[in-house]
Amino acid sequence: MILEPRFTDDVADLPTHKFGPSSLTWWGIIGFMVIEGAAFGLAFAAYFFLMGHEQGWPPEGRKPPDLLAGTLFTIIILLSEIPNTMIKKAAHERDVPMIRLLMPVIIGVGAVLLVIRGFEFNSLNCRWTDNAYASIIWALLLLHTTHILTDWFDTIVLWALMMTPLGYEGRRLVDTDENSMYWRYVWLLWLPIYLMIYWVPRL
Amino acid sequence: MTEMEKVGAEDERLARERKKLARDGPKLTGAKLEARLDRAWHRPPGILGWLATVDHKEIGRRYIITALIFLALGGALAALMRIQLAVPDNNFISAQRYNELFTMHGSTMMFLFAVPVMEGVAVYIIPLMLGTRSTAFPRLNAFSYFMYLFGGLMLWVAFALNIGPDIGWFAYTPLSGPQFSPGKRADVWAQMITFTEVSALAAAVVLVATILKTRAPGMTLARMPLFAWAMLVQAVMIIFAMPAVALASSMLISDRLVGTNFFNAYEHGDALLWQHLFWFFGHPEVYIIFLPATGFVSVLTETFCRRPVFAYPVVVLALISTGILAFGLWVHHMFATGLPRVGYSFYTAASMTVAIPTGLQIFCWLATMWDGRPRLQVPMLYVIGFIVTFVIGGLTGVIIASVPLDLELHDTYFIVAHFHYVLIGGAVFPLLGILTYWFPKITGRMMNETLGKIGFWLLFLGFQLAFFPMHFSGLLGMPRRVYTYPAGLGLELPNLLSTIGAFVVATSVALFVVNGVVSLYRGAIAPPNPWGASTLEWATSSPPPVYNFAHIPVVESRTPLWDVAGELPVVTGLRVDEKELLLTTVVAAAPDLREPVPQASLWPFIASVAVGVFFISSIFSPWAIVFGAIPCAIALTAWFWPKEIKRHPEPVIS
Repeated sequence: MILEPRFTDDVADLPTHKFGPSSLTWWGIIGFMVIEGAAFGLAFAAYFFLMGHEQGWPPEGRKPPDLLAGTLFTIIILLSEIPNTMIKKAAHERDVPMIRLLMPVIIGVGAVLLVIRGFEFNSLNCRWTDNAYASIIWALLLLHTTHILTDWFDTIVLWALMMTPLGYEGRRLVDTDENSMYWRYVWLLWLPIYLMIYWVPRL
Repeated sequence: MTEMEKVGAEDERLARERKKLARDGPKLTGAKLEARLDRAWHRPPGILGWLATVDHKEIGRRYIITALIFLALGGALAALMRIQLAVPDNNFISAQRYNELFTMHGSTMMFLFAVPVMEGVAVYIIPLMLGTRSTAFPRLNAFSYFMYLFGGLMLWVAFALNIGPDIGWFAYTPLSGPQFSPGKRADVWAQMITFTEVSALAAAVVLVATILKTRAPGMTLARMPLFAWAMLVQAVMIIFAMPAVALASSMLISDRLVGTNFFNAYEHGDALLWQHLFWFFGHPEVYIIFLPATGFVSVLTETFCRRPVFAYPVVVLALISTGILAFGLWVHHMFATGLPRVGYSFYTAASMTVAIPTGLQIFCWLATMWDGRPRLQVPMLYVIGFIVTFVIGGLTGVIIASVPLDLELHDTYFIVAHFHYVLIGGAVFPLLGILTYWFPKITGRMMNETLGKIGFWLLFLGFQLAFFPMHFSGLLGMPRRVYTYPAGLGLELPNLLSTIGAFVVATSVALFVVNGVVSLYRGAIAPPNPWGASTLEWATSSPPPVYNFAHIPVVESRTPLWDVAGELPVVTGLRVDEKELLLTTVVAAAPDLREPVPQASLWPFIASVAVGVFFISSIFSPWAIVFGAIPCAIALTAWFWPKEIKRHPEPVIS
């Protein structure tokens, strides 16, 4: 250093982790949520832009998607918030055994959701090549599926990490907390998509 | 013993060990401290260490050098186009090749030069300017560079193999769609977008987190250097704008590869959807390039006028309002597509409004110069060249914001003149100024002042000679993107002048490179603060040590180095045997957390290779999306997975 130091304060006693906006992880996750949110927002805009060109929605002669699979998916993903909140709470309370117990539950729910999602694609009553309407609803469903899939995989990796002694590390608890926050985002995003795929065509 | 008891005992043992860890302080300072920090922060040697580095200075340098190489390549294409256009009815270059040249030129300059070079400069300088030791998420930073490099290589290798894109840098559908662009040229363009957008988004998240969370204690938002403000606004703009082009290019690829119909009018898709999505990104993109340059201008004006920038709050608010307004202008690129009347009025008004904050910034700089004592060294010359040139470009911008004039001038050389005035005048001039200014910081040596002055005047005059006549060729009706023009329409003289000017510009850029290379080896050794600047990057040696600062500085004013009297206030207590950062609160910059910094790792590089293979193979088969994702998932998992599964007294990221 070129200038001589003048010592003021000592930071040795600061913690090495905190929950929420103090942590860098929180900012990273928020950053990527905003990026994905912007992409979804524009995809929604594209949906309504294409809808504006049509006389009917779905275009004439086509059936709207069947409701069963999508509605079942919506109910289950809303219920998944119960274990999700419990995991978030356990992370704040440093209750690692509880986290280790609950994470397989939410991973199982994710697996069930992925299976139902397969049936959803099958109940859209169109193929993506049919017309612009079909392309955009396939795109919305696919975009959301990538979020379910990546978060599911990510949760499995985190669970494996939580099973090691490092599960007791404060920063891993912050990760668990943020992972729960991200899952909330995934299901919140689903609600407008559910309306757009299943209910707007029925208006 | 139950598990909880075991964990409790372990916690106690770790707490005892934590007390023994070595930290900097009055007892551990000077050469002894520097030697220990150097051991903790250095990366492994050799090629593997080179690939694994997470040092923001190395990554920033690579970004800058790679972007300058792409500038040279893009410039060479421009020179070829100018040779073709020097005389009428020329057949030096065929129409098809010409289409490829302007597509490659525009795509290279926008995606591979302008945005990355700004991020590169920021990645290098921002942590130093904020008084910290690393960026946030250093491995993501390394990943972002490799994604950028691979995207650029893919585009240029494709061009060399004669499958380079030929659809213009904004790739309008239906021309770029499956019907009118069979083959792989358009796919190469679209995937290059995917690479560079992943890279830019990653770098933007890195910069936002760095600027908000790693500032030196006491550097409140109201004391933050204007360059950091400019980069914060720019990074947030990237976060909102880039997803639009990501979505658009994914839709284009899926139209081409798996037969969706987003842009296919026969199945009720719409080519204008492409234009909306593209320009929702494309217009903010201009400000994504321009705002960092205004940050450079603020830095240079302050240092070379020896006075804090006039009306700091106005400049900050101007940056923010430019960032917001930039998202309300995109439709002015689409005036010629036909719009509702109210759309015309709204977007004309919005386009003219954005001139207000930009004008305010210019008046603030002028006031700074008027009130200060300007020193006309090379970086300051670039500032003056910037103001003159950018104001001309800004004024032609206000002209074409008017719908009747835009309809007349749309797709003519008048537009080419306009955007080169704002992009070269507005971004490249300040960039060359700032590279001259930070050259001693990066290399430890000064650039040659005489060569720099000759280079500046050649560039400034050559630029005017090249682009001013284009206003006239545009007014005479010469369309852009056409490979030649007939004789006898009055276009000969302006085109010949433009070609001569282009070669003067090329000479000046070559001179800048020569100056850089010669100065790197023979330049005068830089004193600690060669320009008498006020910001923290000059509070450490040049080039900075790998850990940037031996003690973390404390900031007590907006211009710290002008206000400390011989001694730099610092905080102590960070670890010296492991890499650690100090995080501070977002607004007040009060010390908040100690954050472990990841060790060098090969996994970001391996992940970028896996993602690269995934992107490139998905040009050829949709199944690549399924099979290509697996190596990506493995690489990303390995990236995050800790190398030792045991607890340390304090967390480390191995």
